[in-house]
Amino acid sequence: MRLIIVAGPPSTGKTSVIRQIIRSMPNHRFVYLKIDVVVATEDEELAAEFGIATKKIYSGDLCPDHAGIMVMEDAISWAAGLGADYLIVESAGLCLRCTPYTTQSLGIVVLSAVSGIHSPVKMAPMIALADMAVVTRVDLVTQAEKEVFRERIKGISSSIEIVETNAIQGTGLRFLIRTIEEGPEVTDSKTITLRGIPPLGVCTVCIGKTSIGWQNHFGVVRKLNGADYLFRGE
Amino acid sequence: MSENIIHEITILPGRNRNGEPEGFDEIRIKPGDTISIVGPTGSGKSALINDIEIFASRDTITKRQILVNGTTPPDHFIRDPARKPVAMITQNTRCLCDLSVEDFLCMHTRSRGYRDQDLVEETVSLANQFTGEAIRRTVRMTQLSGGQTRSLMVADAILISNTPIILLDEVENAGIFKNRVIEALRRYHKALLFVTHDPLVSLLSDRRIVMHDGAVAKVLTPNGSEQSALKQMLAYDAAIAKVREQIRAGELITNAIPA
Ligand SMILES: Nc1nc2c(ncn2[C@@H]2O[C@H](COP(=O)(O)OP(=O)(O)OP(=O)(O)O)[C@@H](O)[C@H]2O)c(=O)[nH]1
Ligand SMILES: Nc1ncnc2c1ncn2[C@@H]1O[C@H](COP(=O)(O)OP(=O)(O)OP(=O)(O)O)[C@@H](O)[C@H]1O
Ligand SMILES: [Mg+2]
Ligand SMILES: [Mg+2]
Ligand SMILES: [Zn+2]
Repeated sequence: MRLIIVAGPPSTGKTSVIRQIIRSMPNHRFVYLKIDVVVATEDEELAAEFGIATKKIYSGDLCPDHAGIMVMEDAISWAAGLGADYLIVESAGLCLRCTPYTTQSLGIVVLSAVSGIHSPVKMAPMIALADMAVVTRVDLVTQAEKEVFRERIKGISSSIEIVETNAIQGTGLRFLIRTIEEGPEVTDSKTITLRGIPPLGVCTVCIGKTSIGWQNHFGVVRKLNGADYLFRGE
Repeated sequence: MSENIIHEITILPGRNRNGEPEGFDEIRIKPGDTISIVGPTGSGKSALINDIEIFASRDTITKRQILVNGTTPPDHFIRDPARKPVAMITQNTRCLCDLSVEDFLCMHTRSRGYRDQDLVEETVSLANQFTGEAIRRTVRMTQLSGGQTRSLMVADAILISNTPIILLDEVENAGIFKNRVIEALRRYHKALLFVTHDPLVSLLSDRRIVMHDGAVAKVLTPNGSEQSALKQMLAYDAAIAKVREQIRAGELITNAIPA
């Protein structure tokens, strides 16, 4: 079995790209997991459209990427139990510091060509640890602009493979499909680890305390001026 | 890099909007050719040049296939801008990129693989030959007008992309000096495909592809038979251009317009 982890900010076209992947590989058995925060309907849509097994989880109080990491091993055994060739995990991609990519997987980041020339910099960790970047909505920009956007992504990760697509039509995805077909297999799920170390950040906001101001919190806290982080014990 | 030399591009037929096969065997395009693409609004003109720009491989809505030198083009033609042999100016007249003109052009120069060249000045001054209101290199791309954006993109395609094939989607409708654009494009010996609704631009090409219902309906090769029509259109166009400039300059048009 192979694992594909798709990350990217909200509404950049992750599900649209996943649809095109499934459509382009009719002879493979796909299983899909969506991780989201508030609402997600992709699981029902993809199940209805392709007749595949799907699941979703809401991350609740957890950072969605953290939630994804927690459930990943269960998800792999679920997919393997169904005899899947591919497990696709779609992240919610809200926290732009965490990256959900693991070892023994293909990590794909989805960016939108119209979300601003500075967007790649703002989501640098998500790009830096990915194997491939898929740039959507290139139907809405000029070629020169598309090429400048590509240069911006290369500025963050010179080794990343980039493909550009109109994800509604599925243009330009040949190289992506080939990479997926040749992607790494899950050899031993017990040894899978995250590619990067997620930022540490536990404070009393995380556990539901709503007061504002660092004076009212414990754990890792911050002030407007001065030192980056501060640990405030009880 | 002999594989990068383009002798010919071939368009293989796809399907029209009803899924019926297109009525041509193949269309071949060679460097130096000028081809116009005409047809009613929504007939699939932009879709045709989009297919060429991404070297469609039966993977677009039209199901066409594009060959280069008779075979499927190598991956890097598509994925590496530095080696991509086509530049396209889309119908879009806005640039969403929040960079200054000079930063945008520098970054595009780099993406096209020219490391230490400064093409900014040359590109901006060529663009300024096409547009009425001069572009300044420090202004942001998002602040350019439609006509200024289009002019800059044409100059960028000629000098920075510097590809053997240029695809233009409706050059005329951004109010730029279209004859100067076409003249510059010819001067730099590019294969040109224009999508156009403009009779003069259509008559200026060697071949004309007529679109209908998402498919190529006809390919016309006038072979000089339209010379007298072209001459007449040039005269009309010069007259119209003159009046347009007078109106833009705030004059009253009180004399008869020569035709
Ligand atoms: N024009 C255009 N629209 C696109 C493209 N890709 C996606 N869209 C549209 O963008 C919207 C969001 O796409 P999705 O695929 O749902 O995005 P997502 O990243 O899965 O969104 P979330 O999972 O909610 O974060 C949809 O309406 C798509 O039809 C594209 O390449 N071009
Ligand atoms: N062969 C085809 N099959 C299905 N849909 C098609 C086909 N060709 C074009 N279309 C679709 O038809 C719509 C109109 O096509 P397109 O934008 O290319 O028209 P156009 O001739 O450029 O029109 P305009 O003059 O208004 O710019 C597009 O959504 C396009 O994707
Ligand atoms: Mg989605
Ligand atoms: Mg069009
Ligand atoms: Zn996080």
